[in-house]
Amino acid sequence: MSTIAIHTSATMHHHDDHSHGHHKETFLTKYVFSQDHKMIAKQFLITGIIMGVIAMTLSILFRIQLAYPDHNFPLLEVLLGKFAPDGRLDPNFYLSLVTIHGTIMVFFVLTAGLSGTFSNLLIPLQLGARDMASPFMNMLSYWLFFSASVIMLSTFFIESGPAGAGWTIYPPLSALPKAMPGSGLGMTLWLVSMVLFVASSLIGGINYVSTILNMRTKGMDLWKMPLTCWAFFLTAVLGILSFPVLVAGIVLLVFDRSFGTSFYLSDIYIGGQALANEGGSPILWEHLFWFLGHPEVYIVIMPAMGIASEVMSVNSRKPIFGYHAMVYSLIGITVLSFIVWGHHMFVTGMNPFLGGVFMITTLIIAVPSAVKTFNWLATLWRGNIRFTPAMLFAIGLVSFFISGGLTGIWLGNAALDINLHDTYFVVAHFHLVMGSAAIFGMLAGIYHWYPKMFGRLMNPKLGYLHFWLTFASAYLVFFPMHFMGLDGVPRRYYAFTEFESMQKWLSVNVFITWAAILGAVAQVAFLFNFFYSIFFGEKSTQNPWEANTLEWTTPVERIHGNWPGEIPTVYRWAYDYSKPGHDADFITQNTPLSETMSSNLPHDFAGNEEAERIQEQWNIEHKNIDSREEVK
Amino acid sequence: MKKIFSLFALIALAFNQVMAQDTVAGAAEEVSKTDGLAKMVGYYLLLFLLLCIFIGIVGKILQVYDLTKKIQGKKEGIKWNNINGLIFAVFLVLGLYGAYWCYTVQGAQILPDAASIHGAKIDSMLNVTLILTTIVFVITHILLFTFAYRYKFNRKKKAYYYPHNNTLEKYWTITPAIVLTILVLMGFFTWRGITNISKSDMASAIQIDVTAHQFAWEVRYAGKDNVAGNKNYKLIGSLNGLNTLGLDLSDKRNYDDLKVSEIVLPVNKSVRFTLGSQDVIHSFYMPDFRVQMNCVPGMATFFQFTPTITTAEMREKTGNPKYNYKLYCAKICGASHYNMQFAVRVVSEKEYKEWIKQQKPIVTEDMKKQYQLAMKDNLAPKNNKIALNN
Repeated sequence: MSTIAIHTSATMHHHDDHSHGHHKETFLTKYVFSQDHKMIAKQFLITGIIMGVIAMTLSILFRIQLAYPDHNFPLLEVLLGKFAPDGRLDPNFYLSLVTIHGTIMVFFVLTAGLSGTFSNLLIPLQLGARDMASPFMNMLSYWLFFSASVIMLSTFFIESGPAGAGWTIYPPLSALPKAMPGSGLGMTLWLVSMVLFVASSLIGGINYVSTILNMRTKGMDLWKMPLTCWAFFLTAVLGILSFPVLVAGIVLLVFDRSFGTSFYLSDIYIGGQALANEGGSPILWEHLFWFLGHPEVYIVIMPAMGIASEVMSVNSRKPIFGYHAMVYSLIGITVLSFIVWGHHMFVTGMNPFLGGVFMITTLIIAVPSAVKTFNWLATLWRGNIRFTPAMLFAIGLVSFFISGGLTGIWLGNAALDINLHDTYFVVAHFHLVMGSAAIFGMLAGIYHWYPKMFGRLMNPKLGYLHFWLTFASAYLVFFPMHFMGLDGVPRRYYAFTEFESMQKWLSVNVFITWAAILGAVAQVAFLFNFFYSIFFGEKSTQNPWEANTLEWTTPVERIHGNWPGEIPTVYRWAYDYSKPGHDADFITQNTPLSETMSSNLPHDFAGNEEAERIQEQWNIEHKNIDSREEVK
Repeated sequence: MKKIFSLFALIALAFNQVMAQDTVAGAAEEVSKTDGLAKMVGYYLLLFLLLCIFIGIVGKILQVYDLTKKIQGKKEGIKWNNINGLIFAVFLVLGLYGAYWCYTVQGAQILPDAASIHGAKIDSMLNVTLILTTIVFVITHILLFTFAYRYKFNRKKKAYYYPHNNTLEKYWTITPAIVLTILVLMGFFTWRGITNISKSDMASAIQIDVTAHQFAWEVRYAGKDNVAGNKNYKLIGSLNGLNTLGLDLSDKRNYDDLKVSEIVLPVNKSVRFTLGSQDVIHSFYMPDFRVQMNCVPGMATFFQFTPTITTAEMREKTGNPKYNYKLYCAKICGASHYNMQFAVRVVSEKEYKEWIKQQKPIVTEDMKKQYQLAMKDNLAPKNNKIALNN
């Protein structure tokens, strides 16, 4: 396998040297057009972090507008020019900020930055493969993502400004340049960027699925895979099945915008003119968008769940509670996520009967989510918890997932949604359950697998500071928003000044903005830690967290092909932590049962009678019957 | 050694920021009205820098403390696991108090009781959901953070190997399933009750037709026949620009329709809103009545409800003599999305009848004249065409 992989990459770049060991890499093939999954993971991660910082900065800009709607900030005019005349954001630019913040966070940070990084890094390392099924496609996936990012950001430098119709870009607002400046060139570039993004995501997804299905090492059957890999696998399947629908929707929108078709447009009078379009329906876009859009939120959260499960198990020094239930709940979420998209459309004019059906499917999806939460709690119970920064973020994820998930029960209820739809309640809900929770999963992953990416450790103390500030500020930002929503304050409002009834929330807005600034400043601790530790961090040992999974059996040096010799064989599941009868509190997956005779349980042999007989023999010899009986 | 590096890096970072500040300053000098801006930015950057240095120094001190402890022969330095566990416990207490504070203080600022029949049902559903979710929220967080505190790392202990328990898992699959089933059923029937209205109830309600456009609402009452006349978007702006709604004047039902500048509803009478949009999607949102429905171009949408509290009563109830019902736009629709106002008032039956008498027909005399003129111009050639075809 290694021969093939290296051989291909060598011919690709016309290297003369075909020998395995001395395969020379130039700067360009090592750091730029790399086909090594670990390097591509780092490329995804660093691009994702940069995009995340940008999107966070955008959010601070519009938070300042919300807190001080009557205030002029000359600095804003210096920085933004005509987008902030006299130091106040232009209302159209405000909407552009909201739109691009959402787009970047959902797609570029929490889809590409999260799945792209950790699927690429962990699938081959945890399943025992030399690289991805197609390293070239993997490289292509990153560069398409990179192009999409550049195009998305370039819209800040065009005259009409970035797209501004909200991240869901509902037509006709997004289809008619007359409706808002953001629906001009900015929207065209948004659509181009998203098509490239989806291409990247699909290529990546196909690669992840084929790697997981075909390239697992000997002994690594599906039920021995760590939960991270299960999560990445199901996420990739979701993406492959749902992203093409978004592209279909986008293509129709491009046709409506540029070629005069009427897929989404009908009976429109705008700018003193009746348009010729008839027979289309904006509802069609909403269906197509949310057919992706809802699975998308699970694309965002499932890898984070997988990471949290792994991190919590390692750091509680306990097996994940209910491994099978965890997998089945992921599968349940995957399947159900395809039939719940209509809960975004209860009050759009969709047939109300359909609304009732979608409400039922939506509330069913809460069951597997509840199971996951309880299993995480049970994993912590009677553990021996090491609070590494990764562990703190994983616990933070559980907290956010509970807080945000519970309000999902409100919003999934069509009757309650009438009054909560498009209010700050929704903003609070999804920022907690998929925003904060997913970003915490991502941060947990970064702190945990940093040694596998850079061979060094991040500073834990700065990690603690980062966690506590971020955790507190996220709650301070989003918790009060629920109550604004319950007061019927609609989202995407440029200012709360025009309505008497919203005046009382102005002081809350100031509070939220300062909490958000605190949260943003806290990220400096992370950024410094991340980039400083690449060069000066403490050198990592091979298995710094004493974890079971295969990536910790690779050398610290992170060589091409991952393992210097043979790929390890897997004999057991990933969660043998603190197993009674074993001296250490972890047993790596590549440890044969024959080396752990003192701790083997009948269940471990999966019905292999010969092995059971040998174990019984050993037990009799070592008088180890008691421990067996106890477990039965 | 590394730590010296870290200090250097901090200083370098500081220097970079000063440089960045200089460039900002350079740009700022060109604009006279931004005088002093550079100073202000520099001031905040310096403050931030000081904070960074302070954190750096604290880090150093902790490091030194840690090292001295190790030199003294203790295996562990600072017990970070204990500290983090403790912060979780503190966070739980503060967090629960914070949530309680929000519930009581900010909870007092939310919408008053629903002013409609279906709204009251929604409110009771909301309360049930609120209670259930709050219970789960509190219990799970107590468990999460106490486990974090209670089971923090201890060198002497070993975690309990507990991979699964099928009974337990069955319980916590079935319990949420049952609770959710109850909520689903309640929600489903409430929702059907709101949206599934019989034909006769539809016809007997007061018909109000709302057209949204950037960035205002046009409202017409259906008049004596209680049926709103046809309109066609292609007629908008016809009749020399007088026909702002695109009314089809060949439809006689248009002539008794009334144009209003505020929505006035009689209390305890069913009203049916027919909603539409001329340009982009808007959302007809009246939170006091728990009413929201999108206005979609090319498709009529509906919302029917019965207001139960007059504005005057609501002012008394809330103790706010200026309290008004309001209509917002809740769907992003462009620059002035945040300011699409329309006044709403609920009055007694008697007041309503007086008010409606004063409302003017939407088809003005001018419009009629223009229409007749246009018809005259059009009639001759039209007849010709028909004749020719024959």
